Amino acid sequence: MTAVIDRKAPIDQVDADPVLDVDGMTVDIRTITGTVRAVNEVSFQARRGETLALLGESGCGKSMTATALVGLLEPVADVVGGTAMLGDVEILNADRKKRREIAGTELAIVFQDALTALNPLYTVGTQLAEPFRIHHGMGAKEAKAKAVELMARVGIPQPETRVNSYPHQFSGGMRQRLLIAMAVALNPSVLIADEPTTALDVTVQAQIMALLRDLRTEYRMAVVLITHDLALVAEEADRVAVMYAGNIVETGSVAEVFAKPKHPYTKGLLNSVPVNARRGDELKSIGGSPPDLHAIPEGCVYQARCPLARDICATKRPTLDSVGATRKAACHFPEEVSPGREED
Amino acid sequence: MSTQLDLVPVKPTTAIVGEADTAAAKKRGGSKWMRLLANDHVATAAAVVLGLIFLTAIFGPMLVGGLATHIDLDNSNQAPFTLSHGWANVLGTDPLGRSMLARLIVACRTTLSVAIPAVLISAIVGSAIGMWAGYYRGWRETVAMRVADVIMSFPSLLLAVVVLYVFSPSAANIVLVLAITRIPVYLRTARAESAELQSRLFVDAARTFGASARSIIWRHVVPVVLPTLLTVATLDFCYVMLAESSLSFLGIGIQPPDISWGLMVSQGRTYLHTAWWLSFFPGVAIVITTVSATILAAWARIATDPGQRWRLTVPQKRLNRYAKTTKAL
Amino acid sequence: MFSFVRRRMYTSALPLIIVLLGVFLIARLTGDPTSLYLPESATQAQRDAFRQANGFDQSVWTQLVEYFKGVLHLDFGTSLRTGEPASTMALRAFPATLQLAVTTMFLAIVLAVVIGCWAAYRPNSLADRFSSLLSMTAASIPDFWFAITCVWLFAVLLGVLPTSGVDSGILSWILPVATLMIRPLGVLTQVVRGAMVSALSAPYVRLARSKGASDFRVVTHHALRNAAAPALTVAGDLAVGLINGAVVVEAIFGWPGIGKLMIDAILQRDFAVLQAAVLLTAVSIFVLNIIIDACYALLDARVREPAMA
Repeated sequence: MTAVIDRKAPIDQVDADPVLDVDGMTVDIRTITGTVRAVNEVSFQARRGETLALLGESGCGKSMTATALVGLLEPVADVVGGTAMLGDVEILNADRKKRREIAGTELAIVFQDALTALNPLYTVGTQLAEPFRIHHGMGAKEAKAKAVELMARVGIPQPETRVNSYPHQFSGGMRQRLLIAMAVALNPSVLIADEPTTALDVTVQAQIMALLRDLRTEYRMAVVLITHDLALVAEEADRVAVMYAGNIVETGSVAEVFAKPKHPYTKGLLNSVPVNARRGDELKSIGGSPPDLHAIPEGCVYQARCPLARDICATKRPTLDSVGATRKAACHFPEEVSPGREED
Repeated sequence: MSTQLDLVPVKPTTAIVGEADTAAAKKRGGSKWMRLLANDHVATAAAVVLGLIFLTAIFGPMLVGGLATHIDLDNSNQAPFTLSHGWANVLGTDPLGRSMLARLIVACRTTLSVAIPAVLISAIVGSAIGMWAGYYRGWRETVAMRVADVIMSFPSLLLAVVVLYVFSPSAANIVLVLAITRIPVYLRTARAESAELQSRLFVDAARTFGASARSIIWRHVVPVVLPTLLTVATLDFCYVMLAESSLSFLGIGIQPPDISWGLMVSQGRTYLHTAWWLSFFPGVAIVITTVSATILAAWARIATDPGQRWRLTVPQKRLNRYAKTTKAL
Repeated sequence: MFSFVRRRMYTSALPLIIVLLGVFLIARLTGDPTSLYLPESATQAQRDAFRQANGFDQSVWTQLVEYFKGVLHLDFGTSLRTGEPASTMALRAFPATLQLAVTTMFLAIVLAVVIGCWAAYRPNSLADRFSSLLSMTAASIPDFWFAITCVWLFAVLLGVLPTSGVDSGILSWILPVATLMIRPLGVLTQVVRGAMVSALSAPYVRLARSKGASDFRVVTHHALRNAAAPALTVAGDLAVGLINGAVVVEAIFGWPGIGKLMIDAILQRDFAVLQAAVLLTAVSIFVLNIIIDACYALLDARVREPAMA
């Protein structure tokens, strides 16, 4: 069964070369009971004018991938391998000074929970002005004027007066706009949006995604959208990388992957969307639960829940191999996932 | 106040798993609390020290006998750290030739016999009023809080000095005064927790089956409030000890011929030039007791908080390896 | 903002009145001062004359009314000891204590912030553990013993500092301030460290860093202000407790402050001076509480302006 793709986002001109090229990034977390591999050899590319979705369920490591890229991992987590090229600059192994230079100017991130992400004790004007004051050394007045401009750009009404308000005086949707404003303030090349609409209700979601689309076009950014929402991916993203238990299991354009998935997990996800379900139908879900990261099995990470699992899956871990012109899948039997044409 | 464990970064990641309270873990011996204590070496040491001090207070005077009051003018003001005047005088002697060690031991009992009852009284009375006020809210809460404010708005030492001067400083009066000045601390804590519990569903549930206020407080409020109160009480013990010592030092506390550590410091003051140990050792005794109690209070705060308890469920070495970060950002 | 302060003044007035009343009653309870001030051999007539001159012959109620009337005119009567107006004596002694207290709190706050921030910035490091141990010990030290040990060490043994008095310029400040400061410093350092550790693990810190803020800016601009509120609460309690400390310190070092005045007044049953001194202390605590509440409001906009929908 195919997911119905109802795409809203406009198609921008996409660069040929990626502006962000992540290769084999690996992140370990030190826990009381041992070291855990939260992100395993993750590779993907993002291009200007394109939205790449990192899709996966909670705990699959997608947020950790994002925080590792921007260098904001918690003290107990470390990047232990891989590289990430942002333009010509390698960022995973760069020193803190270099990281600070590109933070906000080249690479920006929008966090999920806008209320706690904003500092409750300073006005939004002060916080919006901060990127300008840090990176461009602007004076307070000038930076504040820029802040007002930004607020207007992201659609906050009466920005001249509201620039002196505090975060708790805004609604959830407005706060998310403020976060977005702060992220795009210095026209970054790459914008990572970590579940930007999860905490918002549906109508506000649509507005926020529309805003992100506009900004992507205006600033010629590459957008990396982290989400667990399949419908959002279908509407907004151009390419998708599906993650499971810290590994990327499939990549490709959204249209291709959703029409004909080449990994059993992707197929399982798509099948569990209750499209055209009638009353009395059984809701499909993927049996079992994600593996405990302390005890990842040898071989394929998905074998315990995979309907196609065989002996080889238990011994040999599949690598992310090419299965089409612009598609990759990490499965030993990608062709068996969606055999022939699928009918409704 | 922090033990070593308090130094671990506050926010555990989602991947944190402590040792479960499983049968296997239980078999390794000792009750749950003993295990939680054993995993924090510093707190264990503090507990042992405090235990020794309590034992000294209980049994010490019996063992030391009359050495504390035995006047021996030939041996007056002997220096410490030498055994040449007998093992009992290893910490020196006072102007009347009495053994410092023996006097310290007897003073230990006096000091603790003031501090512990004061803490107990203020804890029980303060928490009871606090829980009652928090349960009923309304005017009871307002009145209780105003009374607590009035008591707290005045420096306790001054209050104690004034009252003790009026009513003459007997041990019982000191206990009473100290207890009264510390009641607000327990009152506020108990009231805050009790009031917060009122909004919880299980209290309403209990009310719907007609449980009386007293039984609700006893069965539902007390178990939740107790851990916090224990931590507060341990810290308060330090405060009361220091307060009693200050009062005795000022001459308004324990009166001679009784001795407390504070009084000993005051008595040694005139001999500062010649016999420094007279004032020094009693102070050291106070510091050791209060520091141990503070450490234990910090441990108690972590052990009684289900969200933080995981730090104590693993041996210290593993915790140190896990927490080897030395940068917060 | 001002309505907020006004409201706090009204609610704090009641404890003040109760304190005044309490002092009056308790002072009366310390007993008849005539026996203290007049020689043993004084005749009954002389005693009666003394009583009448000082108003002790009237009923307690009348005395109370006179007392409150006096309070409203800021007249507390005259000292039985020196004959000076009690308010003069109290006001003369007050600045000495105030200077001591302000210096102490200022130093304690500055040091606690610096040490606490540094420790929180490098948690679990050797410096952090060491400073935690030190601050815990400092918070547990009896101030009188610390004073005496320091006097012995620096004045008796090394001879670099004076044993007491105010005459040696800045040197005579060192020991009193150090003694008064040690406990507040210990407590405050731990509170600041704890609050900063919490603040540094908060989401807004991550956001600030994602904008490229330096570690210094994150600590001082973002985290510190959020850690200030709990630290302020504790600092306020400690400031009240400074009065306790001042009593001891002034007794040991002969510092001519209001603590010493109060102890002397109690020991000599000098009611008027005691009442004046206590009232002055209570008023300053009251003012201090209002200042602290105002600081909360200044620090955190959520206190001043509750959330709009």
